[in-house]
Amino acid sequence: MSTASVPVGAAALVRRRPPPAVRRQRFLVAVANHSLLIAAAIMFLAPFAFIVLTALMTNDQALSSHLWPHPFRWRNFSDVFHQAPLLRWTLNTMIYSVVATIGVVVSSVPVAYALARLRWRGRNLAFMVVLIALMLPPQVTVVPLYVMWSKLHPFGFHFIGTLWPLIIPNWLGDAFSIFLLRQFFLTIPEEYLDAARVDGCGELRILTTVVLRMAKPAIAAVALFSFLYTFNDFFLPLLYVGENPSHWVLSIGLSEFRSLRQVQWNLTMAATLLVMAPAIVLFFLAQRAFIEGVTLTGVKG
Amino acid sequence: MLLLMSPWLAGFSIFFGYPLVMTGYLSFTHYDLLSPAKWIGWANYSYLLHGDPQVWPAVVNSLEWIGIVVPLQVLFAFGVALMLARARLGLGFFRTVFYLPALAPPVAATLGFVYLLNPATGPINTVLGHLGIQGPLWFQSPSWAKPSLALLSLWGVGNTMIIFLAAILDVPRHLYESAELDGAGPLRRLRWVTLPTVSPVVLFAAVFGVIQGLQYFTQAYVAANIAAGQASQAGDTINNLGYPQDATLFYPVLLYQHGFVNFNMGYASALAMLLLAVAFAVVLVILLNSRRWVHYAGAVR
Repeated sequence: MSTASVPVGAAALVRRRPPPAVRRQRFLVAVANHSLLIAAAIMFLAPFAFIVLTALMTNDQALSSHLWPHPFRWRNFSDVFHQAPLLRWTLNTMIYSVVATIGVVVSSVPVAYALARLRWRGRNLAFMVVLIALMLPPQVTVVPLYVMWSKLHPFGFHFIGTLWPLIIPNWLGDAFSIFLLRQFFLTIPEEYLDAARVDGCGELRILTTVVLRMAKPAIAAVALFSFLYTFNDFFLPLLYVGENPSHWVLSIGLSEFRSLRQVQWNLTMAATLLVMAPAIVLFFLAQRAFIEGVTLTGVKG
Repeated sequence: MLLLMSPWLAGFSIFFGYPLVMTGYLSFTHYDLLSPAKWIGWANYSYLLHGDPQVWPAVVNSLEWIGIVVPLQVLFAFGVALMLARARLGLGFFRTVFYLPALAPPVAATLGFVYLLNPATGPINTVLGHLGIQGPLWFQSPSWAKPSLALLSLWGVGNTMIIFLAAILDVPRHLYESAELDGAGPLRRLRWVTLPTVSPVVLFAAVFGVIQGLQYFTQAYVAANIAAGQASQAGDTINNLGYPQDATLFYPVLLYQHGFVNFNMGYASALAMLLLAVAFAVVLVILLNSRRWVHYAGAVR
């Protein structure tokens, strides 16, 4: 980038050696900017800090106005597991998140490919409909869906109270993932696909070999978002398993944690921290996929 | 083509098209899931418009959220992204710090904030007290409950911020250099170089924020439940929706209450139809104007 300014000799000189006054001003601006950043960082981190500190307090202390734990009570983290079936909720959450995420990827990739790279009548209309489905609030269709699941009980199997009404729709395409994958597939150069076609590949082969290999970052992003979305999901689990504690997921369990047995704030904060942990650990393991994925959602409106 | 599209075709018709039509039908009926739906004409709609005392507060709450908090989120995320883009030291560190809260699951984050903002002994009011400031009642006060939720949403603004940061860093260097040669100061470079180049991304974020605002539910629901349980000390969570005094009764919360607490499916469908009309109008405006800014985004890259 900087090479672009080289031909303009005078300007390059000015940029390289600004007069002391300008340099001092720039230095001060940088100091001010970094001070602001540090102040903002402290404000962003403070809630985490207070949650951690409270999670290590005794109950009496959590209800006092002391901010520093005295003594540190590490037992809170193991007590949480005795107070509430946290493992059960984690298992339910994992079933929901993992099975739904696999479904989203498997079912959305072919649809996105057909919308991005195949030419057929009604393609634009179909894409438009995907966009509409993506943008309308889920509350618009939630009542009849609930009615549908409650009326549907094949072989005496009841869907209400189980996680199936949450999982099954994900196996039939997810509008957000289709949208994201389509935008990415559009950027794959046509030459690669044509080369494969010349070699006699059918569209399905092209998709499973060429496209899948080139779209790894996008697929990783879709899987990541789908996992986090289902992990965080509260509204749908509340509707379908809210009345059935043995099928509760972490989000529901945590929201009921305090009222369950009059549990204390210190344990509540310890549980809160445990629920926050997986996403944060996942972030540090796959930081690049996160940042790239988030950027991918925004850059190509 | 048909093979590739089939998962979505099935998913779309079963889980979107059919329920959408059924919402329309149910909105003209009285239906409690137990006895068959009974056609009652426009009665639900006339109750919605003239009878239900909670509709107007819920509509106002949601409009306030979309009109005030969503623009605040965009501005705040943009400000933080601007500071980050100018950072010379520790860009990676600061970016991680500002992004982390966005990873906290909504239920966990809400629980944390209700504790942090606990009026009597919460850490925030304790710190404010040391500074000689009498802290507000936060989630316990009808006038402070929404600002508390707004703080929570500003804390989790990381995704938008990352998108803005990527867009700002993408602005071609030579544009700044030529503006500087023409004698433009930092403010005018921001106004005439940065803003026009990133405006499609900002617009996209604003639109996305409005869509999210229309379905704002989880944080409001959890905050109301926990704060009400805290006030009563009984930990009792039967119908605390909107606590305190309907301050957190957003439109989706009202819909949930009628549909899934009272099982008044017909009336909830009428509420859903109103939401659909508003959401569809928003979506239509977006789609009709999208050509312009999608093209913009393509040209920038």
